[in-house]
Amino acid sequence: MIAFAAAAIAVPFAAALTVLLPPGRVRWTGPAVHITAAAASALLTLVVAVALWRDAGVRTGTLAVAPTGTLPIGIGLYVDRLSAVVALMVGCVAAAVQTFAAARPASTTEAGGSHRSFAASVSLFTAAMLLVVYAGDLIVLYAGWEVMGLCAYVLIGRRGGDGDAGGGSRAAAVKAFLMTRAGDAGFMFGIFVLGVGARTFSVRGVLAHHYPHATALAGASLLLAGVVAKSAQFPLHTWLPEAMVAPVPAGALMTAATMVPAGVYAVARLFPVFLQAPGALAALAVVASITMLGAALAALAQDDLTQVLAYSTISQLACMAASLAAGARDAAILYLLAHGAAAALLFLGAGCVRAMAGTIRLPGLGGLRLAMPVTFWSMTAGWAAVAGVPVAAGFFGKDAIVAAVQHAAIGGAPRPAEASGAMPAWAAVLLYVTLLLTVAATAAYATRAWLMTFFGEPRGRAPGREVREAPPLMRWPVAALAVPALVLGFFGLGSAGLRPEPGPTAVLLALVAAGAGAAFVVWNRDPALDPARVLGRRPRTVLERGFSVDAVYGVAVVRPILALARLVATADDRVVAAAVGGAGRGVRRLGGLLRATEGGNPQAYVTGLLAGVAVIAVVVVVFT
Amino acid sequence: MIVALLAVPFCGALLLLLVPPHRLGLRPGAAGAGAAGAERYVRAVGLLASGGALLLAVLVAATFDYGQPRRMARVVDLSWAPAIGLRFHVGVDGISLPLVVLTALLTFLCLVYGQDRHQSRALTGLVLLLEVGTLGTFVALDLMLFFLFLEAVLIPMYFMIAIWGGPGRRAAASTYVLYMMLGSGVLLVGLLLIAVHGGTLDMVVLARRHGAGLSHGVQVAAFGLAGLGFAVKAPIWPLHSWLPDALTEAPTAGSVLLAGVLLKTGTYGLVRIALPMAPAGARTWAPWLGLLAVAGICYASLACLAQRQLTRMVAYSTVGGMGFVLLGIATLTPAGTNGALFGNVAHGLIIGLLFFAAGSVRNRYGTGDLDALGGGTTAMPPRLAAMLGFAAVAGLGLPGLAGFWGELLALLGAYRPAAGLPRPAFVTFMAAGGLGAVLTTAYFLRLLAGITRGVVPVAREEVRAHEYAVWAPLVILIVAIGLWPKILLDLTDGPVRALLGGG
Repeated sequence: MIAFAAAAIAVPFAAALTVLLPPGRVRWTGPAVHITAAAASALLTLVVAVALWRDAGVRTGTLAVAPTGTLPIGIGLYVDRLSAVVALMVGCVAAAVQTFAAARPASTTEAGGSHRSFAASVSLFTAAMLLVVYAGDLIVLYAGWEVMGLCAYVLIGRRGGDGDAGGGSRAAAVKAFLMTRAGDAGFMFGIFVLGVGARTFSVRGVLAHHYPHATALAGASLLLAGVVAKSAQFPLHTWLPEAMVAPVPAGALMTAATMVPAGVYAVARLFPVFLQAPGALAALAVVASITMLGAALAALAQDDLTQVLAYSTISQLACMAASLAAGARDAAILYLLAHGAAAALLFLGAGCVRAMAGTIRLPGLGGLRLAMPVTFWSMTAGWAAVAGVPVAAGFFGKDAIVAAVQHAAIGGAPRPAEASGAMPAWAAVLLYVTLLLTVAATAAYATRAWLMTFFGEPRGRAPGREVREAPPLMRWPVAALAVPALVLGFFGLGSAGLRPEPGPTAVLLALVAAGAGAAFVVWNRDPALDPARVLGRRPRTVLERGFSVDAVYGVAVVRPILALARLVATADDRVVAAAVGGAGRGVRRLGGLLRATEGGNPQAYVTGLLAGVAVIAVVVVVFT
Repeated sequence: MIVALLAVPFCGALLLLLVPPHRLGLRPGAAGAGAAGAERYVRAVGLLASGGALLLAVLVAATFDYGQPRRMARVVDLSWAPAIGLRFHVGVDGISLPLVVLTALLTFLCLVYGQDRHQSRALTGLVLLLEVGTLGTFVALDLMLFFLFLEAVLIPMYFMIAIWGGPGRRAAASTYVLYMMLGSGVLLVGLLLIAVHGGTLDMVVLARRHGAGLSHGVQVAAFGLAGLGFAVKAPIWPLHSWLPDALTEAPTAGSVLLAGVLLKTGTYGLVRIALPMAPAGARTWAPWLGLLAVAGICYASLACLAQRQLTRMVAYSTVGGMGFVLLGIATLTPAGTNGALFGNVAHGLIIGLLFFAAGSVRNRYGTGDLDALGGGTTAMPPRLAAMLGFAAVAGLGLPGLAGFWGELLALLGAYRPAAGLPRPAFVTFMAAGGLGAVLTTAYFLRLLAGITRGVVPVAREEVRAHEYAVWAPLVILIVAIGLWPKILLDLTDGPVRALLGGG
């Protein structure tokens, strides 16, 4: 059982290593090996998930224990239902992404690079995420967590071959890596706090331990730093929209299955610790409130479809964080799965659109409904899931989240399945209000993007260019992902905590209808124009720039650090060296006799030697 | 076997330095063929001697009893100068074994790598002498013997920088020697204090006593003096300013050995001598050591961010890397000390790879200036850029590669320092160390961006076989101990606990 989980990690890792083999000489280094590996890995995660479905017991296995001098590090895995379902999602999305990427190698190949290094990065990314999901030891989890940062750096740093991704990708990659790594420092310290507190780094031990309040608060808050960075939550979210210069399959993998969901997963994994720290939950609630509404509004104003999806991802991840803050882990995970399928679908669908229509900017799209029916229907399912339209999977997830947050905010029937999320009341109310606004805004931007892509008149396209459906290897993964995006929600009905309740469901449906309806009404007035025009020009620019958080970082963080760095470098060249040089000259004068050896040559050695002997003689005499 | 380990490179060095080639029937260069013959002879002797040493080191490692890493293995204990109680006492345990293998490996790789135009009899001889001194430092079990070996390293290094270095070599060499001499002076006083008050020069006996018999004042003074001496060699901020110059000016082999091995003698000495022999002094000085270590980490990473020169950036990164090692030692915990020893080895491998790669860049383009290089992976031989990239990623401490575990354990040690140390101070050090790690990432990414942006208008020259031969073992080892840290931790954990006086 554990062996299957280990194999699910090892197979894509081994596939990633094939990139080290010399190209050409060995046959099996092509995309086929990566697709096979991803499919095998998905199958293995499925086996694990089925085994856990039939028997919910926790399985652990430890390969080796490395001593460290204090707490040992156990290189092992920990599989329960939570990790099993998330791993299954990761495996499936990775398989879809590998297939899609192989269908269009040109879109992932930069000048001088090759598709196989792209595919290898994706394989490594998958292995790292599965390691995070199945990790049985917090240090092992951290290892996978960091490796993902590097994979994201590599993938974002590649320029897409479709021409519309410019040279900003290297800067975007650096930003993504640095931002997430800054958060990771906190995450590592959080692991220290929890590990030392529980006297073990093993996940089982940490989950079972009851911490003193201060320890739990410190540990959970530090973990949150890493979570906020990885899941692109405010204020460390700005790397994700910029990362969309990456090839589309990389974006799909990153936002749907690896990296970004990892943050929320980490909170879910260590949820018992967070429940012991209401302060940390409140912090999470505030972060989630700001993020989900801000990102949803920003998504409303974006022109680029991938930017819409990036802000949408940020906003949806914040919804999951909100659910966790309200104490409802199952709802968050259900939504994580639903969103994983939907986001991967939408990204890959956007890739189909870019490949076929030649652009991804919404004002240049339109009327693709008839030309690309498979993509249209698949993406319709995806947008429905994101917006929360029944009976797509996202509806059930979002419904459960609204219900949980509502109960936390204004009371009501206590949920049987979950422990009491002891978030302060003010945070719960804030969360509830922003959640409702977000639901409406989400429905609005989903409708806008959907309408502008597929309905109305074809716009801005070069005349004579025939738009056709995407090739099979591209549209099949998209269509396949539509299945979980539609039916996944029904699996949640087995759990009492996830069944729709009349009150929250009515609120949710009303808001979705309002948001979608508003977007439709505005669009319908003139389908040739962008519905976002009603925002007004000034506010729209603010939203489009994502509230200019980046500019703030530039002024407040980047420039001071670089200035400080230059200062240090100069100081090191001049001041320290001069001071020490002066001291050196002083010593030589003390040595006295051979002052003429200023030039610095072998005589200096003799000088120093004599000075040293003199000092030694004096000190030995004094001390003995 | 350890005597042979020292004797083989020593004989090689003597052969090269003292016996001119024409005495062996190789006529000096009347014609090109004669010069080429002499060069081949030099190369053969160098490779044989360092290869023999590597073989012996691997043999020592292979026959080491891994069940008992605390026990000194292969001990040789001969009386040398009875008048002053000096003995030729050597042996290896779990702490010294990895460093012995590292030294032998890096020296061998340096000679394999060679120097296109610098390859000469004297340089090869000096490299071998350097190996003798460093190996001797790591295996010595007698305080005076340790000091002698440590000092023996200075002279070849000085000449390597002063004769084969870059344009600023004279100043760099004299700064180097000045610092080293001052460090050695205080170090010797510290060692003598321990020896005189302890009544023996035997490091094993002294370490086992854990300072018993030394008054508190003596211990504080001894740790202060010896620690200062070792810290200069490590180097510690703000006594680091000899290092960037020395590393920048030295020829590639010199940089690799200086950064990869020589610096480790300082931290090794701290762990082997200062920590166990003057534990009370260690407790007094540890917070200061930690403070300077963390200051070094942050300072060096900031200095790196502003560097434009490839080798100089790598050189400054060394100060930061050793800062983590020193921080680990300063925590006085088994975890931190294990991390320090792990970091020693990992840093040696990574910095070796970085300097080899930087040397290849310098050989091809005649410059290490990031702006002048302008980058261009497309214009560089692709494998060279990939190698620099790999080394940079390893250098920023990515899990799964060697650099990660040393940093992790040093920070973990700082989170819970040894009893009696001020915990708030060390937790602050930990946080600052984490910040330093982020800045470290920043400058390594800057390095990567620097070498991969723009286009170099120089014809590409393919990577040659001997370059692959040098990189491959380093890459394999970095990945191996990164994925399986247990190899090293199992070795060091036992002896470290013994040295720190715990179970």
